[in-house]
Amino acid sequence: MKKAILLIIGFNLLILIGIYVFKQDDVVDIKLEKLKQTYAVKPIASVDHSKLPALQKVFKTPQEVTLACISCHNESAKEVMTSSHWNWERAGYIEGRGVEFLGKKNIINNYCLSSKDNEQACAKCHIGYGMKNNDTYNYRDSSNVDCMVCHDNSETYQKGSSMAGNPDRNVNLAKVAQSVGLPIKSNCGSCHFYSGGGNNVKHGDLEEAQFNCSRDVDVHMASDGLNMECVACHTATNHQMKGRLYSVSSDDQNRAYCEDCHTSTPHLDKILNTHTARIACQTCHIPEYAKVNSTKMDWKWSDAGKLKDGKPYETEDSLGNHDYMSIKGSFIWKRNIKPDYVWFNGNAGHYIIGDKITSTPIQLNTLNGSYNDKYSKIIPVKISTGDQIYDKEYNYLIIPKLFDPEKGDSAYWQDFNWNDAATAGMKHIGLPFSGSYGFVNTEMYWPINHMVSPKEKSVSCAECHTRDNGRLAKLGGFYLPGRDRNTLLDFFGKWLIILSIIGVVIHNSMRIFTAYRNKQVETKIINYKINDDDNE
Amino acid sequence: MMTTNRIYIYKRFERFWHWTQAALIIFLAITGFEIHDSIHIFGFQKAVQFHNFAAIALIILIAFAIFWHLAFDEWKQYIPTQKKLVEQIKYYLFGMFKGEKHPTEKNALQKLNPLQRLIYLGFKLFMVPVVVISGLLYMFDKTIDANGIVVSSGIKLENIAVWHTFGAFLLIGFLIVHVYMTTTGHTYTSNIKAMFTGYEDVETEEHVEKASEETESNKI
Repeated sequence: MKKAILLIIGFNLLILIGIYVFKQDDVVDIKLEKLKQTYAVKPIASVDHSKLPALQKVFKTPQEVTLACISCHNESAKEVMTSSHWNWERAGYIEGRGVEFLGKKNIINNYCLSSKDNEQACAKCHIGYGMKNNDTYNYRDSSNVDCMVCHDNSETYQKGSSMAGNPDRNVNLAKVAQSVGLPIKSNCGSCHFYSGGGNNVKHGDLEEAQFNCSRDVDVHMASDGLNMECVACHTATNHQMKGRLYSVSSDDQNRAYCEDCHTSTPHLDKILNTHTARIACQTCHIPEYAKVNSTKMDWKWSDAGKLKDGKPYETEDSLGNHDYMSIKGSFIWKRNIKPDYVWFNGNAGHYIIGDKITSTPIQLNTLNGSYNDKYSKIIPVKISTGDQIYDKEYNYLIIPKLFDPEKGDSAYWQDFNWNDAATAGMKHIGLPFSGSYGFVNTEMYWPINHMVSPKEKSVSCAECHTRDNGRLAKLGGFYLPGRDRNTLLDFFGKWLIILSIIGVVIHNSMRIFTAYRNKQVETKIINYKINDDDNE
Repeated sequence: MMTTNRIYIYKRFERFWHWTQAALIIFLAITGFEIHDSIHIFGFQKAVQFHNFAAIALIILIAFAIFWHLAFDEWKQYIPTQKKLVEQIKYYLFGMFKGEKHPTEKNALQKLNPLQRLIYLGFKLFMVPVVVISGLLYMFDKTIDANGIVVSSGIKLENIAVWHTFGAFLLIGFLIVHVYMTTTGHTYTSNIKAMFTGYEDVETEEHVEKASEETESNKI
């Protein structure tokens, strides 16, 4: 028996040694090395704009700069004016709605709610000048296209706050115009890093730390790594940027994929490669987001309006983020967050201004997908929660008037009166307000795509393939090895093993016992026989 | 007249096959139940790698074993029979305790008693195919085609996994009882010794075949 056990152990050790001998650990990933070489070479501009005669002048208005640009790039403005950066909407097919124009013009977000009514401030992130009002703005005036916000390479251009998209008065327009080039991080980041009114408020995976970060924070943008620009992945053809985010987008078109560079089978391991069929790259390669600065996870508008001595006030949490502002309500900020995970097939639904509330919390955007839909993959998301003002009678969300430079014009941020703000806001967008308002819970889903970690830090197998508290613990409807089991079968198996052992033990005990007894009987018989023999 | 004879029963390949298979099945059980998150030894990732490696090794071994069984007519050993089946069961349940002798005789042409024939046939035609087939479906549930696109078999992974686990439980149950039953030979260890050396001490009514008469050609 000992020999058998030793033999089995020996064989098992042989198997292990065999595995280690055949395992190839230090294989060079040629595909990845080639990619690194490709992106290590940075493009150099073929034109030095500072030498162009058309730009050697003092620009009185930003529009003059645009006209100077158009004097050479005479088709570019047209391209820009068909983009969603300009139109703040896109035509797309939406499940249950049909073809719909959808974008910042008509959706509601979980932060400052809507661009409607607040254009003066929100237009800071519109690539045009003078958008005071969405509805009346002339979207066909090419001189209002803001070339500089995307193409300034001097990092001195900035739009003024609450100036309807016009540049700050201190900007030296001639200097900016002479230093234009391909967009760099600061161009994209000036809007996309600060969306929601502050650094990293909305996205959680796009923030100012990425201007200068380590590989651990963002392996692509790291200043000690490849230092890639946003447009390295978000390429553009005729000013149509590749890639979209489902906070404002709906259909599965023109997306930027990791696979565009890395292919759908980027690993050296077959099992990892087959994971890509149902799991997005981001799921394993972005183990956490908001790695440097916090992002806003929860925003309760219902708490807004508290005043101290009749004046609005603000408080801060331990990390220095506002956790209360009288004008906005209470916030929860978080850092180093493990994402939530959902099934997503590339198509999203949206709550559009005027939609009736059908269920709570209202999903301001709904990411469609499920395990049973073979086009769905598991993606990481940031789920932003909170509550917003809604009309109790008409049963839809209210767009209150928030911003106004002056007191007494019904703006909530000046007067702290929800009723007035709601009345003014709804009047502006042309929807009735019943006068009866309340607050309703809302949710918004932000797919996490950036802050990719180095491969050594990617999510390990057992973080999902584990019985309890795995990353995918909440994602049901499919069988995940290691996490799931058939309880009936496991019950059967457990008892099969237990009963086998019990049976064996009982059988053996009986053998020992009866053998002992039989031996005694045998001895007696032998004794008897001996006695018999003696008698003969 | 009862005599104890030393006879040659298990041939060289048979013994190699038996012990390698035993080791692989135990190794697969350990790594498999780690993947099932029932035990923790190597960690999930390594458990999967090891499990897949050992699975291929087992399948190769089984392929050789099937060839061996067919080529040398060894499969005939497993043809089920009712003859003495009840006696064999009665022996294990009662006879053994009374010190009775094995109802069937063991020799190179008839290695297995009727109960063994039945159980081992079940092992070969049901338990092993269940784990091997479900295991292959598991392994090739997703494949990568010539264009680098991952293709899914379309079979629900849960069904594959349930059959695979079911087979694994049966094999463990088999293993426990099987190991114990090896102690029911002439002595506690005579059966296990035989699986090492090929030679076993058996009690026979009359002289059947002496080990020394074993021809070399039989020692395959």
